[in-house]
Amino acid sequence: MKTGIRAELRADASRAPDTTKIESSPGFPLVAIRALSKYYVRGEQVIPVLIDIDLDVYAGDFVALMGPSGSGKSTLLNMIAGIDKPSSGELKIGGVDIVSLGDADLAAWRAANVGFIFQFYNLMPVLTAYQNIELPLMLTSLSRFERRERVETALALVGLTDRQEHYPNELSGGQEQRVAIARALITDPMLIVADEPTGDLDRVTAGEILALLDRLNRELGKTIIMVTHDPKAAEAAHRVVHLEKGVLVD
Amino acid sequence: MYIVLLVLKNALRHKLRTILTIVGIVVAITAFGLLRTIVDAWYAGANASSSARLVTRNAVSLVFSMPLTYEQKIRQVPGVASVALANWFGGVYVSERNFFPQFAISAPAYLDMYPEFILTPEERKAFLADRTGAIAGRKLADQYGWKIGDQIPLRGTIFPGTWTFTLRGIYDGADKGTDQSTFFFHWDYLNETMKKQFPRRADQTGVFVVQLKDPQQAAEVSEAIDATFKNSLAETLTETEKAFQLGFVAMTEAILLAIQAVSFVVIVIIMAVMANTMAMTARERYGEYATLKALGFGKGFVALMIFAESFAIALAGGAAAVALTFPLARAFADAMGSLFPIFFVSEDTVIMQLGAAILVGFVAACVPAWKAARVRIVDGLRAVA
Repeated sequence: MKTGIRAELRADASRAPDTTKIESSPGFPLVAIRALSKYYVRGEQVIPVLIDIDLDVYAGDFVALMGPSGSGKSTLLNMIAGIDKPSSGELKIGGVDIVSLGDADLAAWRAANVGFIFQFYNLMPVLTAYQNIELPLMLTSLSRFERRERVETALALVGLTDRQEHYPNELSGGQEQRVAIARALITDPMLIVADEPTGDLDRVTAGEILALLDRLNRELGKTIIMVTHDPKAAEAAHRVVHLEKGVLVD
Repeated sequence: MYIVLLVLKNALRHKLRTILTIVGIVVAITAFGLLRTIVDAWYAGANASSSARLVTRNAVSLVFSMPLTYEQKIRQVPGVASVALANWFGGVYVSERNFFPQFAISAPAYLDMYPEFILTPEERKAFLADRTGAIAGRKLADQYGWKIGDQIPLRGTIFPGTWTFTLRGIYDGADKGTDQSTFFFHWDYLNETMKKQFPRRADQTGVFVVQLKDPQQAAEVSEAIDATFKNSLAETLTETEKAFQLGFVAMTEAILLAIQAVSFVVIVIIMAVMANTMAMTARERYGEYATLKALGFGKGFVALMIFAESFAIALAGGAAAVALTFPLARAFADAMGSLFPIFFVSEDTVIMQLGAAILVGFVAACVPAWKAARVRIVDGLRAVA
């Protein structure tokens, strides 16, 4: 069953006409960050957010980024996800220097390679669970039938088949986050970034979501980078990286 | 299809706001359409005029008449095909409120010049055969419930006495731009009565209507007619029928300009209201736009969604406004009676209304779409948090 789900997602993804899909090379990190810095300039004041970061994340890894508020962990995650750009340094994902990509290329790259999970789920309130999961597939050339197959597979994976016609406001927080996870998974990205995925959930539901992320990592081989405040959540990761005042401390 | 679904669902997200905006657009575009129709009605006489007809009047003023003897001289001017007489009567039917235009005409010459007034051969024959006969437009006859054979009394204001006519025909217009609110009777009847009662006012006419052999010769023939009567007791002013009609319009030009200005101001106001709605809508959804961008949708998609929603709302309002304009224009025309003989919503007005709706949709979406397209993903996502 587990192999079946993976095979289905992979097979359909291969049919998408996307040429920007990254691949991991054995022995090379999927995410390679070198001397990366980010700072904001306000008038004459320079505010550093990230300072000289070096970090490697390998394919199939599950990394938790931890640190106090304002330490720069979300900023680092945003850069890895390709939604923010560093002020200096190198950032390669699957060998692709995403810093040099233009807006349109970067959008196409994100669509093909990154699955997003947000703290507040960020679902479209006017779309059903099914339609929210289907949304990223609108950027592919998959047929309606192929999209349906994939969405149903993803819904089954997150255990929400019976809730597919429900709107976000008809779902619990945990269910909304499951829909968001299914949406992140639907294009079969190599990399999943999660920004405080359990930050808005109670302990039990958070545990379920973390278990689901763990399944994605172990069974589907997804590389997951997760920002969290919660040491309990960080325990689900294979590796924990701490940031303090923009500096990697270990 | 998916975008259409998303746009429609988004448009109906705040139902009250959307409905109020659509109501505003309906009111504004309906008002625009009605005001344009009023302006059109003002120009209807000029627009319905023929380029093959000239009108010769007294050069001093339309109030002064010209001697009947001019008819023969005008007929001899090269380029003139035929000449007819027409005299404003200005009678009152039952009460002063029942205003409609009445003309004494030299039939059949006049009717031959105006093929747009359609009478059955029997009605035409009956009218020509009866010295006290009259014909009326269909709209006028319907307004007062007149039937063929009815006796219609008019109390003369310019020509004293009570004049009773027998309705011999009801004419239809060749098209909807033809005036069907006019009452015609025989100039001979008017003239013979004048001869008996006020001999000094007999053998006079208000205007000569001149049919041209070639409409291209309008300027030359006009000059030739006026030259014929230069230095006479009643010098003439000859102009095309259109120019003659526009002369009346020019008397109220300031009002027309005001109406036209108001019609456009209404559109500008609704444009501002709609722009505010779209700005609020876009601002509330920056987080969603950021999410869409993060998922890989481009700036263009986000802008397209805002434009599509704005167009959907504006066109819904525009379509409802167009549909509403027709019954309202009919009701307005009924309420105005014969004040606007030709009053209908033209195709041009409908096109302008829909054009205004599209313009409102476009202008309202420009700034919100530009801002939403430019918003940084991280800033938009922060808005959600």
